Amino acid sequence: MEKVLMKGNEALAEAAIMAGCRHYYGYPITPQTEVAAYMAKRMPKIGGVFLQAESEIAAINMVIGTSAAGKRTMTSSSSPGISLKSEGISYLAGCDLPALVVNVQRGGPGLGGIQPSQSDYFQATKALGHGDFRRIVLAPASVQEMASLTFLGFDLADEYRMTVMILTDGTIGQMMEPVSLDFGELCEAVKDWATVGHKWERKPNIITSLSLQAEELERQNLERYERYKVVEENEVRYEEYRMEDAEICVVAFGVCARVAKNAVNAAREKGMKVGMIRPITLWPFPKDVLKKAADKCHTFVSVEMSMGQMVEDIELAIRCKRPVLCCARVGGMIPSPDEVLAKLDEAAKMGGTAE
Amino acid sequence: MTKLYSRAPKRVTLFAGHYGSGKTTAAVNYALWLKAQGYDTAIADLDIVNPYFRTRDSMAELNAAGVRLIASPFAGTNVDAPALPGEAYAVVENKALHAVIDVGGDDRGALALGRYVPYLKEENDYDFLCVINRFRPLTQTAADTAEVLREIETACKLSFTGICACSNLGDMTKAEDILASQRYTQEVAETMGLPIVMTCVQEHLISALDGMENVFPIRHRTHFI
Repeated sequence: MEKVLMKGNEALAEAAIMAGCRHYYGYPITPQTEVAAYMAKRMPKIGGVFLQAESEIAAINMVIGTSAAGKRTMTSSSSPGISLKSEGISYLAGCDLPALVVNVQRGGPGLGGIQPSQSDYFQATKALGHGDFRRIVLAPASVQEMASLTFLGFDLADEYRMTVMILTDGTIGQMMEPVSLDFGELCEAVKDWATVGHKWERKPNIITSLSLQAEELERQNLERYERYKVVEENEVRYEEYRMEDAEICVVAFGVCARVAKNAVNAAREKGMKVGMIRPITLWPFPKDVLKKAADKCHTFVSVEMSMGQMVEDIELAIRCKRPVLCCARVGGMIPSPDEVLAKLDEAAKMGGTAE
Repeated sequence: MTKLYSRAPKRVTLFAGHYGSGKTTAAVNYALWLKAQGYDTAIADLDIVNPYFRTRDSMAELNAAGVRLIASPFAGTNVDAPALPGEAYAVVENKALHAVIDVGGDDRGALALGRYVPYLKEENDYDFLCVINRFRPLTQTAADTAEVLREIETACKLSFTGICACSNLGDMTKAEDILASQRYTQEVAETMGLPIVMTCVQEHLISALDGMENVFPIRHRTHFI
């Protein structure tokens, strides 16, 4: 298929349509508005539903209803809007419903700004709503991945009956790159749990997040975590870059991984043994490959657009065996390759001091 | 031999089109070209839609060339307001200037142009070019493209006077891509009843386009990370 030139937000929206999503509910917020604008143009032409809800909370509740009816559905927003959706995302988990939720992050906290950020890392990976539950969190680093990970996200959501979040940022959402929209066969899961009318042919399907008995609620939680274990075993995704002989390991995702890749190349030219591990799934986090890297690398450097939020996950993954430095810009700023290089120089000096 | 674009410029040249068709790239390059021809040139960014990647990003280059940039002071900042600078009226009022207007994407962006249209029509010395790009997914056929262009005309109450062919895949554009887009451009021209005024081509590709006419050399000014 011929490549087309798309914005990250548009590529994401088109991939969702190609994945069979015909029900989109959203509310405009910069820098994710192109997702809604694209859906508004495309959905009426293909018999789909584009609905601009009265609020972010309304939109996520429409997703709950549509997903309960067995349809592929999604909503998207940017940071403040995701906070509003968090109640509904918890209800999705309590109902074991698949859904795709997109966060095109901007600077925070509060109303913050409209420039790009990664500061919703904690929210996405640890606590996107109340209760014991997990989301699969996918972090695209290109317009192509905005599309391919969205297509994949719908499959994962159906397979594990859980929310998949695309955690991206304003830069990836707004930038334009050539993209191939060829994802192979569309295979939608059989949803025998969907509330589509039993026609007196089977027992009614009931979808609720309310449990009247504590024993029953515990059983549901335990079952859910058995499923999460399978996700952790099967769905970890990452990219390794120039790690063969690396002594310093950069960890970065999304737009920061693009900046860091330039810095890794520049450092290599200076003769430094630097590589990068780019998590593509932020949950499940690529713990094993990082732990293995800690056998050879004396220092880790997290490059992020948040105040060291990912540092904790790296430290956990490597059992605090090595020091983890952080190169961070926040509030809508993006780290430059030179800033990453300076941090790599600092890391290089730690070579003799580890252990 | 390729024939480079060499038309005598109108006093005001406007670039409008679908999101991401290449309006800003065409407008910024055209403004620098005008200046190089010796005209006193200003470029106005009327984009009230895009939060990032705008004319303002080329400010240093435009300033260095002596092209006056008229843009919202909020462009590229955290102020998410669809504001237009008051000095934008200079482009329609100051007849000593040669002006380039970068209109925002789609019909929503073009709405902002409406307020300047009566002045443009009165003076009647303008080119209103529609920028088209076959590699954008919503404008890959002449029919789809014409639909978007008609929406823009309706929104700003001004009819296009010509086509600025800008089919591109960013920095990955090859000469074949431009050649393969010629039929599409021709079809859009016929559907819209408009002349093809210029074909934007990245400088390093021009030598591969032997025989092509009205080639306008461009460089991509926005570089993504």
